[in-house]
Amino acid sequence: MRITQGTFSYLPDFDDDQIRAQVQYCLDNDWPVSIEYTDDPHPRNVYWDMWGMPMFDIKDAAGIMLELNKCREVFPNHYVRINGYDRRYGRQTTALSFIVNRPKHEPGFRVDRMEFSDRQLKYSLHAYSTDRPTGERYEDS
Amino acid sequence: MSIDTITMETIDLDAAYQASNIQQVLETLDRELVGLGPVKTRIREIASLLLVARLREQAELTTGRPSLHMSFTGRPGTGKTTVAVRMAAILHHLGYVRKGHLVVATRDDLVGQYVGHTAPKTKEVLKRAMGGVLFIDEAYYLYRPENERDYGQEAIEMLLQVMENQRDDLVVILAGYKERMDTFFQSNQGFRSRIAHHIEFPDYTLDELNAIAELMVAQQMYHFDDESRHAFAEYLALRMHQPYFANARSVRNALDRIKLRQASRLVAQGGVIAADELARIDAADVRQSRVFQGGIDK
Amino acid sequence: MAGKSNGAVKKNRWSAGVTPYAEMGYYNADYEPKETDILCAFRIVPQEGVEPIEAAAAVAGESSTATWTVVWTDRLTAHEHYQAKCYRVDPVPGTDQHIAYIAYDLDLFEENSIANLTSSIIGNVFGFKALKSLRLEDMRIPPHYTKTFQGPAHGIVMEREYLNKYGRPLLGATTKPKLGLSARNYGRVVYEALRGGLDFVKDDENINSQPFMRWRDRFLFCMEAVNKAQAATGEIKGHYLNVTAGTMEEMYERAEFAKELGSVIIMIDLTIGYTAIQSMSKWCRKNGLILHLHRAGHSTYTRQKTHGVNFRVICKWMRLAGVDHIHAGTVVGKLEGDPNAVQGYYATLRENIIAPNPVQGLYFEQNWASMPGVMPVASGGIHAGQMHQLLHYLGEDCVLQFGGGTIGHPDGIAEGATANRVAVEAMMQARNEGRDYLNEGPEILARAARWSPSLRKALEVWKDVTFEFESTDTPDVVVTPTF
Repeated sequence: MRITQGTFSYLPDFDDDQIRAQVQYCLDNDWPVSIEYTDDPHPRNVYWDMWGMPMFDIKDAAGIMLELNKCREVFPNHYVRINGYDRRYGRQTTALSFIVNRPKHEPGFRVDRMEFSDRQLKYSLHAYSTDRPTGERYEDS
Repeated sequence: MSIDTITMETIDLDAAYQASNIQQVLETLDRELVGLGPVKTRIREIASLLLVARLREQAELTTGRPSLHMSFTGRPGTGKTTVAVRMAAILHHLGYVRKGHLVVATRDDLVGQYVGHTAPKTKEVLKRAMGGVLFIDEAYYLYRPENERDYGQEAIEMLLQVMENQRDDLVVILAGYKERMDTFFQSNQGFRSRIAHHIEFPDYTLDELNAIAELMVAQQMYHFDDESRHAFAEYLALRMHQPYFANARSVRNALDRIKLRQASRLVAQGGVIAADELARIDAADVRQSRVFQGGIDK
Repeated sequence: MAGKSNGAVKKNRWSAGVTPYAEMGYYNADYEPKETDILCAFRIVPQEGVEPIEAAAAVAGESSTATWTVVWTDRLTAHEHYQAKCYRVDPVPGTDQHIAYIAYDLDLFEENSIANLTSSIIGNVFGFKALKSLRLEDMRIPPHYTKTFQGPAHGIVMEREYLNKYGRPLLGATTKPKLGLSARNYGRVVYEALRGGLDFVKDDENINSQPFMRWRDRFLFCMEAVNKAQAATGEIKGHYLNVTAGTMEEMYERAEFAKELGSVIIMIDLTIGYTAIQSMSKWCRKNGLILHLHRAGHSTYTRQKTHGVNFRVICKWMRLAGVDHIHAGTVVGKLEGDPNAVQGYYATLRENIIAPNPVQGLYFEQNWASMPGVMPVASGGIHAGQMHQLLHYLGEDCVLQFGGGTIGHPDGIAEGATANRVAVEAMMQARNEGRDYLNEGPEILARAARWSPSLRKALEVWKDVTFEFESTDTPDVVVTPTF
């Protein structure tokens, strides 16, 4: 399966030029850009690990691509996403967030159903990758 | 610059020049900086070279892009940073850098103090400068041959790598005193071979310094009278042969001290004065300088 | 507070009988509205022979302290303070209409009560015989009053952070057919649409708890669908479970059950009434569910240009009342909505400080004093082929609901959902790359359709569908070309 979090998940994976164009859009809007990675793709896993701090005062996407390339080199089999952050009053939130690297094999999720009274079910989403300790996930992908 | 300045057989150089905005940048430079004739000529030459290279590229007469890294040598206060700002604009107008901003850095911004500190610092500066021009002032401080464990070497290697591999992303200008830069290049062949343009910034002549002083005084809404003008010319003639003379910067500092003395004089004097007295610089304000007693102003 | 003819007016003010409203202090051209006043712009059409100023003063009077005759008991009050004051009347050129501006003192209204606000301002006056018709066009609600309301349970920013979805419009669909599906079949539509790529699916306004599908069964099957779709995509998904019912007690019961099942969102209809909406908003803030409002019934009073309440006023009331979503028009779809007016509604719902804008029908500046924004929902006759227009007119902070445009896809519901998602992502990509996406829209979609069969089919099926009818309600001002 392919997890479809992020702004662009139904398009073919972006090449570097396409990533650069989106990053430049963020920088031109004065949005600091950050890079994050994880091996736990649960949709409520909010805090992916930060690849360094959000990058402020960068003018050109080449500066971000430098870091992205490093990050992908170190975590070729992790999910890596790029975020643009809008600090304007009234927003103060992420403005754009898209996945730029994913494991070759994505095992996906299973729904755990706990039967309860009155025909109710209690649901829980389980990511197969988290069956292994962090750092050892996606190793054979 | 628009591609349609080129047709199959002819190239409209005037149109290309117009479109590049170089003229405006050079005019701004003329307004901002007194004198510097040789520097302005060099800038004009480089701008023409880059324009022609751009046109050759469009006419498919060349493939590689010209090397753009430069060195600016000269004493402090000779306009290196100001010219670098304009050079960034020229490179931007010609499409050699995407953004055209200038990031100024010194050894302290690039080199760390302990293991593992230098790479992130240098990377930070490089990232900010991407798409523009990185101006490294007193670049020779990066290289400390006397200390073989100096972290400067790490910064130098990262710089060289970017200068070589990311020529589309960044232009580097190394700046500093002429003699020390020469020594630096001798022991750092890597830099030497990657620098395409060397520009020397000569010291200002006495006449140019006086013109600069007049410009600054007028900008700050002060004025000399005949006696103080004469006194300041005398001051400069003495000061420029003393150590630590930093050209335009020394002129600015001297004027700051003169303004201080003028204010003290007016307050001490008290009473009712003509409004113009607030703007007028008196010869006494100038002549109190230590320089006239053989001392040194910094 | 009185005008120039003060002496003469005062003499007659308290004699028994009928006195013109204008002379009783309900019209005062010199009045300067206070920053704490609530201001209203009414479109009035007076009966033949009634002076516009007198008609406007009557509106001010009947929506505040007056009755048809002079009452001495007014003199027991600081009546000048409580009287609403019409301070300006502008004719609308080429018509028998006038715009009357009326200021109401803050003391006239109970804090935190849309019911009280509306009972005053639209309570009595719309049936007044001296007027042929009356329409409340806009209101300026000052921060002093705004701050007494809770406002949206969560707001746009919190909703995005909660759903982990940024940088594009959210996508939804209303389950069709509107009525008649059994709960099990209904859940199938929900599952297919969500796994195909939509963020939300929605109950229709009249899906409550009918014999063919009782609410509890619907909730159970829909949440099975939502959870299964989350596993299939790794995304957070939602279904607007409509909790609209006959009593508050029943609504709370349904909302509680939706919460227990883990739904991120519930839904109510405008027909439940302002007070019930405010109560549900409080419940949603407390329980962490997003509140979706369907504007069922609004067209009965928002659509006609000369009588009723403009929808932008409903938007303001609903932002105060505290919904997170509201249907606010599509511009290009099957339902009424002039482009300029719709953009005015969207601004009213989303922005913090909105400048007056006659082209968009905004009469006053509106300062929301940081009250979170409401996510506008565009729904009704829209499809993937209009994505560039939707993005251009509506922006990225909205929900685009493609009901027929998802479920009617020839290859199935999931394919329909995918077509919409591909279209929206391709358009966002193009916009961010600096393309002129409005003009190049069809080309951008065609390019994406080359590798996306779902989108290709969608574009083929709906390529000629447009709804181009004249709007019945447009702002008075049209843009004058500048030379």
